[in-house]
Amino acid sequence: MAMSGGHAAPLGSTAEASRRPSLADYVTQTFAVAAAEVQKLYHDPFELLTRAVQPVLWLMLFGVVMARVHGVAPGNVPYLDFLAAGILAQSALFVAIFYGIAAIWERDLGVLQRYLVSPAPRSALVLGKAMSAGVRALSQALVVYILALLLGVGLDLHVLSIVGVVVAILLGSALFSTLSLIIACIVRTRERFMGIGQVLTMPIFFASNAIYPLSLMPPWLNVVSHLNPLTYEVDALRALMLQGGTSDYGLALDYMVLLATTAALTAIAARMYRRMGY
Amino acid sequence: MSDSQTNLPIGDVVVQTIALTRAFGDLVAVDHVNLLVNRGEIFGLIGPNGAGKSTLIKMLTTLLPPSSGTATVAGYDIVREPAQVRRHIGYVPQLLSADGSLTGYENLLLSARLYGVPRKERTQRINRALERMGLMEAANRVVGHFSGGMIRRLEIAQSLLHRPTVLFLDEPTVGLDPGAREAVWERVVDLKKSFQRTMIVCSHHMDEVDEFCDRIALVDRGRIVDIGTPWELKAKIAPDATLDDVFVRLLGTSNEVGESYGDVRRARRAAREHG
Repeated sequence: MAMSGGHAAPLGSTAEASRRPSLADYVTQTFAVAAAEVQKLYHDPFELLTRAVQPVLWLMLFGVVMARVHGVAPGNVPYLDFLAAGILAQSALFVAIFYGIAAIWERDLGVLQRYLVSPAPRSALVLGKAMSAGVRALSQALVVYILALLLGVGLDLHVLSIVGVVVAILLGSALFSTLSLIIACIVRTRERFMGIGQVLTMPIFFASNAIYPLSLMPPWLNVVSHLNPLTYEVDALRALMLQGGTSDYGLALDYMVLLATTAALTAIAARMYRRMGY
Repeated sequence: MSDSQTNLPIGDVVVQTIALTRAFGDLVAVDHVNLLVNRGEIFGLIGPNGAGKSTLIKMLTTLLPPSSGTATVAGYDIVREPAQVRRHIGYVPQLLSADGSLTGYENLLLSARLYGVPRKERTQRINRALERMGLMEAANRVVGHFSGGMIRRLEIAQSLLHRPTVLFLDEPTVGLDPGAREAVWERVVDLKKSFQRTMIVCSHHMDEVDEFCDRIALVDRGRIVDIGTPWELKAKIAPDATLDDVFVRLLGTSNEVGESYGDVRRARRAAREHG
């Protein structure tokens, strides 16, 4: 069959189909994905309750014992205070790492295909998921704050400090949920992801300053930990959420590392996300 | 509000594929398929499992890039202009695509936002879609508690909010009881009558295809074996032939050309969750 030159003129359709997509559309689409996740949590908040158990255990069992070991906490901060920021980052990390397997689950069900056939830019879909990981993590933050107060941790409750903590958690969650999504796009099955999720989470957590200062580490691990974005998230959290908390690397660098890594991962994930439709 | 699509005459080509091909390794799932689908048609794709129907639809909905060949949907090239194609199509996949942890209304709201339905029109359009699909009472219930037929109708509503030029339905009645199947088709035919919407439907139910499709393509091993109206196809076989006879005569009983384990697992899971 001979092809006619060029394709037929696009068929007319509704106003929104012919309109050029704007930044406002992009924001709406991103929020739409995040809003759906929040609605799900509203209908079934059980997950948030069960997730709250882990930080409670870390602070009340691990933290309370380790606080009796001298020389772990650096300088002027009690160990439990030091740990509280690390556990906050950890619970956000664990929430975020779960996103890849959720994406595989949605792909297997078919829900993901609905997102992929929509005209929303792939990066908006990825960012929407990243944002919802942040919302989930914030619910964990609330638990950690309440618990920390009960345990007598000296929290800095100044509004600006709390805003800074919220931003750090949102960025950290976006970063690790997007990393998780990329891995899901590569491994593609739940079984493989489960293995990798375990292999990944532990080193990210332990090769960081979350539960002990980097100064205690052998040099090679110290270097690895400096390359770990979680270290910068914890550094920012420690500086902002604790009374008398200080940042080792400077808040500007902390936020820069988180923001730049998230941006790079989002760009990669947006390119790979379409493979979930195959 | 009038539908602006109707300013085009019936007979326009809405979907055109030219030597469209997709291979997975050595397996050629869709093999140089040439198709023309006109505006306002309900176009059926039938064939055994693994014939390539779903792969064909996945390419036309931009979920899967073709290995070679081209296609235009609503006048846009599926490879060069996927974003434009997506704006003009609706897709109800074989799998479960409505989110079971959201309410019917929330599912529709999500679609409305993803498709850029203007904010002030959202509520009105969602309510109208719910009404049209007979889901008004269930709007605020979590979809996990819907019946299979209700979920399918919700998914069709979701895929129509942005008033697409072409609607793709992949096995819309799989796993549904006869009553629910009837209800789904009633809505599909209503859409055609009211809006001259073009629909491409995969189905295994020959009776449905015979009754509701304007034209049918028989697909086997990635190729189009025959195309025509149900009447034409049947008349070629025998005066009193059924579409089942056509299927067996043209395709044999080649149901053994199986899908992969993963496809079967997914299809069964979907069927279970719809049922």
